[in-house]
Amino acid sequence: MKNKSAVLFLLPGSVLLIFFLFIPLCSVLWPTIFEEGLSFSAYIDFFKDEYYVEILVRTLRIAIIATIVCAIMGVPTSYFISRCSKKWKGILIAVSMFPMLTNSVVRSFAWINILGKNGIINKLLMAVGLIEEPLSMLYTEFSVLMGTIYLFLPIMIMTLVGVMDNIDNDLMEAAESLGGSKLRSFIEVVLPLSVPGIITGSVLVFTGALTAYTTPQLLGGNKSLVLATFIYQRAMTLNDWRGAGVIAFIMIVITLVVMKVLNTLAAHLDRRGENNA
Amino acid sequence: MRRYRGLTLFAILVFAFLIIPLVIIAVTAFGTEKTIAFPIKGFTLSWFGVALSSRSFKNAFFLSFKVALLATLLALLIGIPAAYALSRSGIKGKKLIKNFFLSPTIVPGIVVGYSLFLFIIVKLKMPVFQGLLLGHFLVVLPYVIRVVGGALEQFDFSIEEVSWSLGCSKPRAFFEVVLPNISSGIISSFLLAFINSFNNIPVSMFLTGPGIVTLPNTLMSYVEYNYDPTVSAVSVMLMLTTIGIMFVVEKTLGISALAK
Repeated sequence: MKNKSAVLFLLPGSVLLIFFLFIPLCSVLWPTIFEEGLSFSAYIDFFKDEYYVEILVRTLRIAIIATIVCAIMGVPTSYFISRCSKKWKGILIAVSMFPMLTNSVVRSFAWINILGKNGIINKLLMAVGLIEEPLSMLYTEFSVLMGTIYLFLPIMIMTLVGVMDNIDNDLMEAAESLGGSKLRSFIEVVLPLSVPGIITGSVLVFTGALTAYTTPQLLGGNKSLVLATFIYQRAMTLNDWRGAGVIAFIMIVITLVVMKVLNTLAAHLDRRGENNA
Repeated sequence: MRRYRGLTLFAILVFAFLIIPLVIIAVTAFGTEKTIAFPIKGFTLSWFGVALSSRSFKNAFFLSFKVALLATLLALLIGIPAAYALSRSGIKGKKLIKNFFLSPTIVPGIVVGYSLFLFIIVKLKMPVFQGLLLGHFLVVLPYVIRVVGGALEQFDFSIEEVSWSLGCSKPRAFFEVVLPNISSGIISSFLLAFINSFNNIPVSMFLTGPGIVTLPNTLMSYVEYNYDPTVSAVSVMLMLTTIGIMFVVEKTLGISALAK
């Protein structure tokens, strides 16, 4: 293919991306560092404010815990799926994928019904007699965390199934025949081989959880703000456009740093694996 | 799998965790009480009637459908040639250009929507609909680049070269040889892009106006202020559509086509 026609093929997309992603983005981010001269005061103010830092820390905490829980739940499940017969594998992949294709309002709404004051858990606990008054679980960090795990677990499972498919069944059998218990063989054979997949899945879950809007809005509301819901509040309710720009910049930087670090780690591990082989 | 009893039990619990919340919603859609209750006391279909006769839900559905379809078609129109150029040309800095085309994935959706809102609607005074369409286009473009790019990597380009040497013009070879060979990639990317645009909320949060609110955003504000089974009924209809799409995909492309 001639370079001239390649440029022609790439041009429309590039123009749209520059005009409707990069220029708008810069016009949001630029004022946060430039106001009558270069100044980082908006960022210094952000990190000096305890309330803002609390939101940032909460967002990071939710994203980190959700990633870890998704990995813990996803690794054995995806291994199970990959060892099933072809028919069951198809069914289980469909079952894991279905929530992923369902709207996130619907998925968060499900947890309102479960965790709410009149929700299922409260009704159950009261019927059993464990509690007298309904617990308030909704609009807490816990409810946001539950919703986030629920939102991103399918992505972790789907990412890992492909990796688990490539792990030879004979390896497990060899480990077991050499006297390893099932659990030990799994931890020492399957787990190390699936690390690159876990990292890829973790990037997706972490960056997704860090920037998710719907779930924290519905399950956390104004009581448990995260960066994404905080941006909306700053911009729409308070008309603080510069403040919203600061939060946007922080979100993008964290996303980039986490992606870079984890992808470098994955590449490093891949290389090491090749050397060992 | 019988040998791994612990693993089987663990997997069953995880699948229960994934499915039970959605089953609960589906059940509540048929309840007779005015607020959502589980388990339901009586059976009725009337909430479906309420949902279907609601004008705001109907308008929102048609808007979401229109935006998702147009954004997806635009992304295919622009993304397929770009993916082709990225896999076929020896142009310099290919990796960088590919990352540039995938860059909407690293900008949080709420930020995409916010910056478009400030730039297109506040600064350029363009209509909200255009902003909404562009926002959704940006979000779905990476799916097309990635999935169609993947399909092109699988395609043996010597087939295209053979057609050239047999006297076929380059545009004709592209349309009659390359495109049919990557059609399953194109269909998968169409479905992925459409579903993701249709379900997207953060991008549309800022890009709303009178009469221009997408279905998920309408649902979201409804959920924030109401607690009746209408939302459950809408959820059931959306889930049935999803099941329908998944069924058709499984019969044609295989369900793994959507796992990208």
